[in-house]
Amino acid sequence: MGLKFQQSHHHSVAVKVNEQMGTKRGYTVIQSKRAWLPKFLLLWVIFVAIISIRWYKSMDDENKVRREEVLSSMCDQRARMLQDQFSVSVNHVHALAILVSTFHYLKNPSAIDQETFAEYTARTSFERPLLSGVAYAERVVHSEREKFERQHGWTIKTMEREPSPIRDEYAPVIFSQETVSYIESLDMMSGEEDRENILRARATGKAVLTSPFRLLGSHHLGVVLTFPVYKSKLPPKPTVEERIEATAGYLGGAFDVESLVENLLGQLDGNQAILVNVYDITNSSDHLIMYGLENQDGDMALLHVSKLDFGDPFRKHQMTCRYHQKAPTSWSALTTAFLFFVIGLLVGYILFTAANHIVKVEDDFHKMQELKVKAEAADVAKSQFLATVSHEIRTPMNGILGMLALLLDTDLSSTQRDYAQTAQVCGKALIALINEVLDRAKIEAGKLELEAVPFDLRSILDDVLSLFSEKSRNKGVEGDPGRFRQIITNLVGNSVKFTERGHIFVKVHLAESTKPAVDAKAETCLNGGSEEGVLKPGARQFKTLSGYEAADERNSWDSFKHLVADEESRYDASINMTVADETSENVTLMVSVEDTGIGIPLIAQDRVFMPFMQADSSTSRNYGGTGIGLSITKCLVELMGGHISFISRPQVGSTFSFTAVFGRCKKTSFTDTKKSKAEELPSNFRGLKAVVVDGKPVRAAVTKYHLKRLGILVEVASSVKIAASSSGKNGSSHGSKMQPDIILVEKDSWLSGEDGGLSLWMLDWKQNGHVFKLPKMILLATNITNAELEKAKAAGFADTTIMKPMRASMVAACLQQVLGTGKKRQPGNMLNGSSVLRSLLCGKKILVVDDNMVNRRVAAGALKKFGAAVECADSGKAALKLLQLPHSFDACFMDIQMPEMDGFEATRRIRMMESQANEQMNGCVEEGSARKGEWHVPILAMTADVIHATYDKCLKCGMDGYVSKPFEEENLYQAVAKFFQAKPISDL
Amino acid sequence: MDVVQLQRQLVDYKASLYNEAILDEQFTQLQELQDENNPDFVVEVVSLFFEDSERLLNELTKALEQQNIDFKRVDAHVHQLKGSSSSIGAQRVQKVCIAFRNCCEEQNVQGCLICLQQVKNEYSLVKTKLETMFKLEQQILAAGGSIPV
Repeated sequence: MGLKFQQSHHHSVAVKVNEQMGTKRGYTVIQSKRAWLPKFLLLWVIFVAIISIRWYKSMDDENKVRREEVLSSMCDQRARMLQDQFSVSVNHVHALAILVSTFHYLKNPSAIDQETFAEYTARTSFERPLLSGVAYAERVVHSEREKFERQHGWTIKTMEREPSPIRDEYAPVIFSQETVSYIESLDMMSGEEDRENILRARATGKAVLTSPFRLLGSHHLGVVLTFPVYKSKLPPKPTVEERIEATAGYLGGAFDVESLVENLLGQLDGNQAILVNVYDITNSSDHLIMYGLENQDGDMALLHVSKLDFGDPFRKHQMTCRYHQKAPTSWSALTTAFLFFVIGLLVGYILFTAANHIVKVEDDFHKMQELKVKAEAADVAKSQFLATVSHEIRTPMNGILGMLALLLDTDLSSTQRDYAQTAQVCGKALIALINEVLDRAKIEAGKLELEAVPFDLRSILDDVLSLFSEKSRNKGVEGDPGRFRQIITNLVGNSVKFTERGHIFVKVHLAESTKPAVDAKAETCLNGGSEEGVLKPGARQFKTLSGYEAADERNSWDSFKHLVADEESRYDASINMTVADETSENVTLMVSVEDTGIGIPLIAQDRVFMPFMQADSSTSRNYGGTGIGLSITKCLVELMGGHISFISRPQVGSTFSFTAVFGRCKKTSFTDTKKSKAEELPSNFRGLKAVVVDGKPVRAAVTKYHLKRLGILVEVASSVKIAASSSGKNGSSHGSKMQPDIILVEKDSWLSGEDGGLSLWMLDWKQNGHVFKLPKMILLATNITNAELEKAKAAGFADTTIMKPMRASMVAACLQQVLGTGKKRQPGNMLNGSSVLRSLLCGKKILVVDDNMVNRRVAAGALKKFGAAVECADSGKAALKLLQLPHSFDACFMDIQMPEMDGFEATRRIRMMESQANEQMNGCVEEGSARKGEWHVPILAMTADVIHATYDKCLKCGMDGYVSKPFEEENLYQAVAKFFQAKPISDL
Repeated sequence: MDVVQLQRQLVDYKASLYNEAILDEQFTQLQELQDENNPDFVVEVVSLFFEDSERLLNELTKALEQQNIDFKRVDAHVHQLKGSSSSIGAQRVQKVCIAFRNCCEEQNVQGCLICLQQVKNEYSLVKTKLETMFKLEQQILAAGGSIPV
């Protein structure tokens, strides 16, 4: 059944593991899109690139617009200025025309001749900066040519400076500015351009311009401006014919457009940056260039055209401007966009790597999680393994223990009994150890809970060691005795394991006491005196228990001596002593275990509390052990609210000390403890007198203390001789006062003093008339050979040797044997548990529920053996029927695994039934709240399973405990005692 | 036969049962439970065991002959048998039961059949041994001797 249970347990663990794996599979968004990451990166890069290109374009466009604006404003400015200057010049020419008309034609004779004209025009030329020169040509019709030529003394010439052929009309230049004096006498009508101009001018009466051409002389491109000069005043609205008729001549001026524009541009800013062209666009299909080069390079992309109006409606002009250079690349825009791109790229990259990193971390995390789950599963498997193994070990161990119990029932010598008892204790300790290993797992899972029951500190230490201070004994403490004992056992066990010589010294005192003096009073010192090897003569002696050096000097012999002295003076009074601070809730105990063993290597000191870590691998080879003890110890100490620490020096020894906080138990239980303790030790030695012969005062003090606990009066002598002399003296003078009943001789002292003194002493006594009652001589020894024993017997020692370490009960047993007092065998004592069990179970009515009839019969038999009245049920249902309220059962033992309704389910139902009944009852009574749950039949699970998890499950469904199957006395007692004791309390 | 000789024979026989691991410590405990108030306790329990086991073995044989084996049922029977055998300390039967249950869990028909055969063998062995022992005890009692512990 146990196995089946384990298996199902295992199975459930596996399922849990799977579930864990399942739920932890949740991936994040990034994880699920991991394949998309590079694509995301690419998209991002493209996006950033597009954005930056756009940005660049927009900035570039802005630049272009600005450039265009600048160009157009510059161009317009230039055009306007050119136009203004031109019109100023035209006005002047107009004025000149009027001048000529006025002074040449209206005056008679003419007030102007060539000289006057030349002078006047030269002096007013600043007014016409654009005109290279002005000239006046008279209108001469062919009929008047001869007269004209005669009058002037030259013939009219054509532009080619040849005498003019015959024409209808001529327009020879009569006045000219000096700058253009070369055109005097030339017929202006002979040039095609000029003729056209003249005709147009006299027809319109306005200033007219020629198309651009290369000027004579300068070869600059230029235009000729022509004004008609009329002889007489014209009618208000003259016709063309009238105008022609009235025409007297023509005033012309050559505009040197090229230098004009050149001048103009030179005055303005940004001249270098732009190219300016001026065109005559009268013929829209064929633009004539007036200024600038025809085929210029330069920025052809950007061009601005400004209209020019030179006052001649017939001709149209325009100015085109363009930049010299192509638009410079906008570096700022470019760098800005590029930087933006780079930043975007970096951001993308960072995000990408971050996402990748997250993916990686998550992958690792999942991997770790899987590993963790595996590790946990392995841990569970380990626990299962331990549980199984421990289960398997239990069975043979039970055999060993059973055999030992049988052996103890037989007639044994005290030594044999002691051996057998020790073996039994060890076997039980082994089973306890197995449970402790399981505890370790439980502590790791944080599931270990400490009990809080009153316990007797001394009895616990007594099991481990032997002696305890009266004072501490009186301090009632409440805690978990089993665990406290476990700690001390672990520490002392280690000490014993690693100590070859010297001593092991356990000290308990109250940590709450502040002053060392007070401290010492409350201290308790024990001497385990494990293996006191023979001291080398001349070796340095330390003031410790055995004379060997100890790691922690604070535990020196000085404080112990202090204590012993104190003990002596206070022993009698101490029973009534109470500790001053009894009011406080908690008691903090400080326990230290000192040994003179091999110590812990310095490098290993920081890991001694780690599980399965021993100082080095050779440790387990030489000394055995798993290395789990100290880690459990540490956990337990921490659970008790204390600390553990140690001081260790290699080859000198170690001192482990820990504190533990216990509750103070109530007076009632405190006195109970005391009573039970008093019962424990036989009182039939009271008043006996003894002499302890021991060369070592500490050891002697310990022996003395044990004897005192039995009520024996003790004297200490450092050697046999001293003992003999003092008692001899006493014997002679005070007779019965110091006649010892027992003489206890330490083996060392006996060997060193040899029996010379001893036999003399005996002789002395005989002679002194004390023959009627010779004192019994008992040897004290840690170990003794057969030869030595024979020798001791020969020397008059009793058969029984008291072996160390001492414990009060053991000393009592030995003394009983030696003195022949009391019964040789005390079966009542031996079968203490079983008799108590009998008293607990006797007359109780118990229900055993098990579907297996053999099991049922065995369980019933076992319970009947202890006097219980047993009834059986073969299923959960039958049990329910029997436990219908009201019933008379005192307890129920329930198998867990049963078909149809298992033990858990049955218990749940029983509890439900009970709580319903209780509610009804409480509803009727409705008074004392302390009365809670009248019906509560104790239910104990029967299981072969030793795992604590089962226990938890039992409690969960309302059971009160469990007993392992097959029944074992102690286990049964523990389980039964709990609720049969608890019952009277709840009834109070 | 001499009573002392019979007693010695009984002790040796018991020891051989322990040595051959047919019985374990649980049987010792069982014997401890027997006292004046309950003089036939062991015989009573053991015959209960025989009765129960034979029933279970029959059930098992039937269950395993079926076309569709109900492994749950088989497992429950084996569990019962295991419980009984561990209660009286018939550890070899118990051990085979453990193997049997493993086979059940694996639904291994062949294994189950083999285990069933083994259980039967072990059971008949322990039965013969115990019956021989009881016979010896009765002989001792008939001869007026007491049964050595």
